[in-house]
Amino acid sequence: MLFELDGVVASRGERVVLAGLDGAIAEGATCIVGPSGAGKSTLLRLLNRLADPDAGAISYRGRDLQVLDVLQLRREVALVPQLPALVEGSVADNVRYGALLAGRDADVGRLLRLAGLGESFAERTAARLSVGEQQRVMLARALALEPSVLLLDEPTSALDHETTLAVEATLTELRGELEISLVFVTHDLLQPRRLGDRVLALRDGRLVAEGAARP
Amino acid sequence: MHVSLGQVAATLALVAVAVGVSLWQHADLERDIAVATVRSLVQLTAIGYVIKGIFASDSLLFVAVLLAAMVTFGALTARRRAARVPGAFWPLLAALAFAAATTLGLVVALGVFKANARYLVPVGGMVIGNAMTAAAVALNRLGDEVVDSAAAIEARLALGATSAQAIRPVIRRSLRSGMIPLIDSTKTTGLIFFPGTMVGMLLAGAAPIDAVRLQLILLYTLLGSVSLGALTAVLLAYRNFFTAAHQLRELPA
Repeated sequence: MLFELDGVVASRGERVVLAGLDGAIAEGATCIVGPSGAGKSTLLRLLNRLADPDAGAISYRGRDLQVLDVLQLRREVALVPQLPALVEGSVADNVRYGALLAGRDADVGRLLRLAGLGESFAERTAARLSVGEQQRVMLARALALEPSVLLLDEPTSALDHETTLAVEATLTELRGELEISLVFVTHDLLQPRRLGDRVLALRDGRLVAEGAARP
Repeated sequence: MHVSLGQVAATLALVAVAVGVSLWQHADLERDIAVATVRSLVQLTAIGYVIKGIFASDSLLFVAVLLAAMVTFGALTARRRAARVPGAFWPLLAALAFAAATTLGLVVALGVFKANARYLVPVGGMVIGNAMTAAAVALNRLGDEVVDSAAAIEARLALGATSAQAIRPVIRRSLRSGMIPLIDSTKTTGLIFFPGTMVGMLLAGAAPIDAVRLQLILLYTLLGSVSLGALTAVLLAYRNFFTAAHQLRELPA
């Protein structure tokens, strides 16, 4: 199992967001759906330890998250946040950022192609790109970590329909090419059918349904 | 040079002008002006007698106690400006103590000033006061910046950055905020304003070139203390925003 969740409780401020969540996330592509405030984004943050649960345990491929080296975990389980948050400088600076921290360089051209951007983007100023392009830079930047799991927080929420389909096509290609597992949060109820193997539905911080994404 | 109480009392006329302006324009500052006038009179008179006693004893122990008290009050005062930084008092205390000890140690070691009360007390006061302002401004900026750039900091953490790496741009900007005011006023000194020491020496009858040289010594000393104060405060305080697992702590709304 990719992730196993055992009685996970998490809060933000005074509000309990995950109220004793039990469940499992398998290898492959898993889509997490649910209304706003259901705890979807919070769950993603717990999976790469941007935050820790107040109670309960999470394991990753059979090992407790708490015993793993946190920096190593974040490189292996890479999160692409919902809102673009780029570092200052060029697109190439962004793509290289995490790789350089890990002590290696990144093949910027290849990563940009994987993320569905041309190599010509490398020298452009990241802050001047459109939201859709920035989202793809964030994807390339995460891929530069050579992760084995990608956590995507509403990767297409800011995109129009056409760009959404293009990003989805990119993600599908990535799965084939890199054998990466995907865990993604979405509001788009049709997206699991197009992208996911399995769906988990959250409501009020609890798992309320799970099943195959396609009939 | 002897200054009589009568001379001090005469300048209350200017305070009356300030009160008059406030009343006329309904600025509602009369109370504040009165409090400021009384506090400055009481505080400065009290510290005057303390310094008189310390000068008379010429005991380095008393000097150290006075400077330690200034560092503590400085840290307490600066903490109010750094309200968004959790646990700001200890970083500020350490920063002011380090800035004061290092700066005073250096100027004494370089033979600029003698290690006695007459030099250490006034120079120490200026060093601590300026380091306090710089550290407070730097931490104020740090607190605001962490709140404003929380998403960017977390994005860097998510890419495998340590807390120190993730917050580096914020540290740089906070440090600049703390240091720029003194650098700017050092640039314009003599053109736009006459700094206090020089004015004081000229009033006391010193030769202008001596007054200028002492002012330069103090300005350069303050640049050192301000940089050390702001840097130490920021480098110690940013840690309070993170957990040991390189997680940004939840920020108060």
